[in-house]
Amino acid sequence: MPDLHGFADQLLLGLWMTVRLALSALGIGLVLGLAGAAAMSAPLAPIRWIAHAYTTIIRGIPELLVVLLIYFGASVALMAMLRPFGYTDYIELSPFVAGSVALALTFGGYASEVFRGAFQAVPPGQSEAARALGMGRVAIFFRIVLPQGWRIALPGLGNLFLVLMKDTALVSVIGLEEIMRKAQFAVGATKEPFTFYLAAAVLYLGLTIVSMAALAWLERRANRGMPGVKAS
Amino acid sequence: MPSDTTAPETVLAVEDMHKRFGDIEVLRGISLEARTGDVVAILGSSGSGKSTFLRCLNFLETPSAGRIHVHGEEIRTRRDAAGMLRPASHGQLVRLRTRLGMVFQQFNLWPHMTVLNNLIEAPRRVRGLGRAEAIEKAEALLEKVGLAERRDYYPAHLSGGQQQRVAIARALAMDPDVILFDEPTSALDPELVGEVLAVIEALAEEGRTMLIVTHEIGFARDVSTRALFLHDGRVEEDGAPRDLFSNPASERLRKFLSRHLH
Ligand SMILES: Nc1ncnc2c1ncn2[C@@H]1O[C@H](COP(=O)(O)OP(=O)(O)OP(=O)(O)O)[C@@H](O)[C@H]1O
Ligand SMILES: [Mg+2]
Repeated sequence: MPDLHGFADQLLLGLWMTVRLALSALGIGLVLGLAGAAAMSAPLAPIRWIAHAYTTIIRGIPELLVVLLIYFGASVALMAMLRPFGYTDYIELSPFVAGSVALALTFGGYASEVFRGAFQAVPPGQSEAARALGMGRVAIFFRIVLPQGWRIALPGLGNLFLVLMKDTALVSVIGLEEIMRKAQFAVGATKEPFTFYLAAAVLYLGLTIVSMAALAWLERRANRGMPGVKAS
Repeated sequence: MPSDTTAPETVLAVEDMHKRFGDIEVLRGISLEARTGDVVAILGSSGSGKSTFLRCLNFLETPSAGRIHVHGEEIRTRRDAAGMLRPASHGQLVRLRTRLGMVFQQFNLWPHMTVLNNLIEAPRRVRGLGRAEAIEKAEALLEKVGLAERRDYYPAHLSGGQQQRVAIARALAMDPDVILFDEPTSALDPELVGEVLAVIEALAEEGRTMLIVTHEIGFARDVSTRALFLHDGRVEEDGAPRDLFSNPASERLRKFLSRHLH
């Protein structure tokens, strides 16, 4: 075990922040992804265009820029909105909120494609049986299509989450004290970059391994009763 | 609607049902009246419109013209942008669908739910039954189709015949007035057909009103009270099964029967 010069506690605090950031981005991102998937198959064309524009923009801009644009852009936008009410102070969005939103936007953009494909893969007979029994659209979505689509979407969403977790490091540029930022502090104080970047790498790897285990468990659960689907 | 206890009441009346897919008219005016206890066999070669007809009855498909009455209550409709008829009232549509149960060729059980959950889902959500009540009812129905001990299985762990019997129980769980069967045994291995037909026959003996699309001529002859032969979206023959099968008036039905009687 290399000597961490007393920075171990700091790194663990950073780890905790990374976990919170990743989970909150995941939560918002799943909602965005579901909304995006619904919008892509909306009956109204303009809603479909908005959804496609969203996924195109997200895919076309580097994650780092999304983080910066949200952090600085949201401040500008909020100030512009509040100026008419006589509020002229500088508003700063918390790096945690900005980071969560930026990562969620990215995750949601890709997740909407994953969800859309997954819902389309649920055989139409499944919702027809529910319609024939008098069930309504909302009930059919949440009780029949979502649970089956979820099973199909899980591996894809899992991959997106692993990417999301590593992208949390980008949020260090706006000053959020997650793993990366804490490691940079330690490097600055000790002049031992390799030690602390390696420590950070180990933490990210640990998070990935835990996430993969959680995913495997989720997939096994989701595949209960499913024939011929490997619960890897 | 008050029900008449002396003479069998008309449960389902369909007048002049039409359905177009694009420029092709698949149903060209089908009328039908089913009274309590009627078992109507619907025959016809592939593409004659049998499935489309059943699916128009509960608006899984939107008819282009026609009228549907259930227990004398007419389903009010409006035309959508494509010129098809849609139910004007959501409440009435839900009522119609709870009154017409449907059993599909491919069973369409929900694979992520156990047998029991397949049976209590719609009664709880659509009819608002309490959990205990819905379970009690589901168990009785599973008993009836001979699958009581499979209540906690997932559909994938049942044979095709067992899955179809569960699907029948699922339809019965809504207490429908009429059950629509769309080729309930066509997806089954031959040795599993009998168990499903036996369940349907038992329902006929109970006096259930049913519309059964089937290619099982022997079954139709023995169990139905009436048979329709569809051709090209029209009713080509309509009569008592005995007459229809032993004395087909049309050459087409004669050929159809010789193809399907084995
Ligand atoms: N959604 C659809 N769009 C276009 N055409 C359709 C659609 N559904 C059915 N059809 C056509 O309508 C005709 C009648 O189909 P239908 O499924 O009702 O026949 P069927 O009598 O049930 O045949 P089968 O015995 O093969 O089940 C067929 O020519 C079919 O191709
Ligand atoms: Mg058919």
